Amino acid sequence: MKTVEEIKAAIEAAVPGAGVEIVSNPSPSAQHSLRLAPGQAFAVAKFLRDDADLALDFLSNATGIDWPDKEFGEKVQVTHRISKPVDGPGRKKTQIVEEVVEETRIRVEPGWLEAVYHLYSVAKRHGPVVLRMRTINRTDQVELPSLTPIWRSAEFQEREIFDLYGIVFTGHPDLRRLLMWDEFKDHPMRRDYREPDDFEYEPTAHDDVLNRTLEHHAAIAGQEEAGAGE
Amino acid sequence: MTEFNSHSATVAEMQESPRSEHWNRPAHIEPSGDGELLEVAMGPHHPSTHGVFRMDVALDGERVIRLRPVFGYLHRNHEKIAEGVSYLASMPYTDRLDYICPITNNWAYALAVEKLTGQAVPERAEYLRVILGELTRFQNHASSIGFLIQEMGASGTPLMYAFREREKILDLFEKLTGARMMVNYMRFGGCRVDASPAWMNVARKTVAGLTEFADEFERLLTSNEILMARTQGVGILKPELAVNAGVTGPMLRASGVNYDIRKVDNYGIYDRFDFRVPLGDHGDVYDRFMIRTLEMRESIKILQQALKDIPDGPIMDPKAKIRGFRPKPGEAYGRIEAPKGELGFYLISDGGPSPYRYRIRPPSLINLTILEDMCLGQNVADVVLIFGSVDIVLGEVDR
Repeated sequence: MKTVEEIKAAIEAAVPGAGVEIVSNPSPSAQHSLRLAPGQAFAVAKFLRDDADLALDFLSNATGIDWPDKEFGEKVQVTHRISKPVDGPGRKKTQIVEEVVEETRIRVEPGWLEAVYHLYSVAKRHGPVVLRMRTINRTDQVELPSLTPIWRSAEFQEREIFDLYGIVFTGHPDLRRLLMWDEFKDHPMRRDYREPDDFEYEPTAHDDVLNRTLEHHAAIAGQEEAGAGE
Repeated sequence: MTEFNSHSATVAEMQESPRSEHWNRPAHIEPSGDGELLEVAMGPHHPSTHGVFRMDVALDGERVIRLRPVFGYLHRNHEKIAEGVSYLASMPYTDRLDYICPITNNWAYALAVEKLTGQAVPERAEYLRVILGELTRFQNHASSIGFLIQEMGASGTPLMYAFREREKILDLFEKLTGARMMVNYMRFGGCRVDASPAWMNVARKTVAGLTEFADEFERLLTSNEILMARTQGVGILKPELAVNAGVTGPMLRASGVNYDIRKVDNYGIYDRFDFRVPLGDHGDVYDRFMIRTLEMRESIKILQQALKDIPDGPIMDPKAKIRGFRPKPGEAYGRIEAPKGELGFYLISDGGPSPYRYRIRPPSLINLTILEDMCLGQNVADVVLIFGSVDIVLGEVDR
C-alpha cells in the first residue's frame, strides 16, 4: 500500500492540474486523507479506480459532514471623535477630542459542506484511501461532482448525503431524497437544523421542546382569537 | 387489464431510465406484446419485506420491467441523535440497528472508537468478542435461510428449526449480558461482564449441538428439489458489478469474490483461527443460500477453537477511560465483517464529549443498490426470493 504522499504524486503525474492536498489526521488511526478540487475530482477518481497499482475498485463508505459558519470575536482599535468639556465643569466650552477605544467585532468565516469517500481495493486487498471534497459555501454553491458513474455503491449514499446535508451531486443519475419524503424542505443532519414547528401533541415534552410546545400552542390560541374577532 | 389502464404506461416509456450505460444494465427486455404495464407497490406492509420497505415494481405480464426501492419508513436519524450524546451513550443504540445481530454492531462501534483513541483490548475480551460474534453470525445465517425458505412457501418448518437453535444462542446471550437481543455488551477497551466457567461449559455444549443442527439443516434443504428449482439461476449478480456496487458479505462471496474482512483486515484476533472463506460460482440465490450454510460450519470451527484457547485475564483494559471520555481531535473509520456484510463506523472527534460526526456504513442499505439489476426480467414471484437472499434488516437500512 502506498502512502498518501505517494498517491498524491501518482495522481499529479497522471492528472495534470489535479490540485490534491493532503489533510493529515492526528488521531492514532493515522488515516490521512486527500482533498480533491471538485473540478478535477472525477478524473482523479477514475484514475484511482483504473490505475494498476492502486486498483481502488471498491468504494466502501461515502458520507457528508457539515462545517458551519464560524464566528470570531476580534478586538479592533476604533478612533471616535467626541466633544469634551475643557477647563473643568464650570466653563461651558467644549473641544473635539479623538479617543481610541477597543471594540469587539464579529467576523464570520463562511463554512462549507464536505463529502468524504473511503476507498478500498478488493483486488489488491489494501485501503482505506480517504477522499474529501468541499463545497464553496453552505447556501447556494453546494454542487460537487458525483462519483456514482465510477463506483456505483455511491448511488444510495450520495442520495442520502443530498437528503440529509443538501450537497447537490452533478452527474448523479437519480438524485432524489432517500430517507426523508420528497416534500420535505430542510436537511436534517446540518448542525443548525431546527425541527419544523408543526407538532400538535408532544408526549414527553421537556426542556427546549416544552418551551416550543408552549409557544406553538400560544400561537395557535392567538390565531383563534384573531379569527373570532373578525 | 382494462381496469388498470389508468396506472399503466407503455413498455417504451418505462425503459427510458435516466441511468448511465456504464452500469452494465441487463439488455433490453422483450415486451410481451400487449404493450401494457402494471405497477405494483410491494410494501411497505408486504410480509416478504421483513419490515417496512417498499418496492415499486412495474410488471409486463409476470416479468419485472422496473423496480424502485423506497426507503425511510423506519428512519429516526440515529446519526443525529448520536452527535448530541456521549460516545458510550450510543452503544446501546447500536443494538437497535441490525436487531438480529446486536453483538456485531457493538463490536464495529467499539472498534471504530478504539481506532480513534488508540485503545488496546485485553486478550480475553478479544476472545469473548469472537465467541459472541460468531454465535451471532451463526444464528443470523440460520434464521435468514429460514426466512428465505419460508418465502418460498415452506411455511414454518425450516424457520422454526432455525429459531429453535437461535433461542439456544439467545439464551447464552441472556445468561451473559442480561438481555436476549439488546445486549449492550461491548465497551471501549473491552467488554462489560466476564463469562463464568459455568457459562463456558454451557457454551461448549451449545456449540457441540450446533454441528448436529447444521447437519440436519443441510440434509433437509441442500439437495431439496423444490429449493433447487426455485433458486438456481435466479437473481444472478456478476462479480464485477458486485464489487463496483459495494456489495459485501455473503452476497459478494456468492458471486465468487474472495473478500472477507476477517481475513483482509485481521481485526481483533482473527488471524489466530483456522477457517476457510466459502465462495460461490454462479452468484444466484442458491449460491447465497449455500454460502450461508457453509459459513455456519466455519463459524462452528472458529467457535470451537476460541472456546478451547480462551485465556484467563482482565476483560477491560485498566487504562481505559470511561468517565469523562473525550478522544483527541481526529477521525477514524473502523469496519468489521458483520453477518450481513461490511459494517463500518466513521467517527470525527473535535475533542468534545460527543462525536462531531458519527456515521454508520450500513451493509443492508448498500447491498440493496443492485436489487433492481438482479430483478429485471425475472418473475414477480422471484423478486421475493431475490430480496430475501440479500438478507437485510430495516432497522439498519433506514437508521
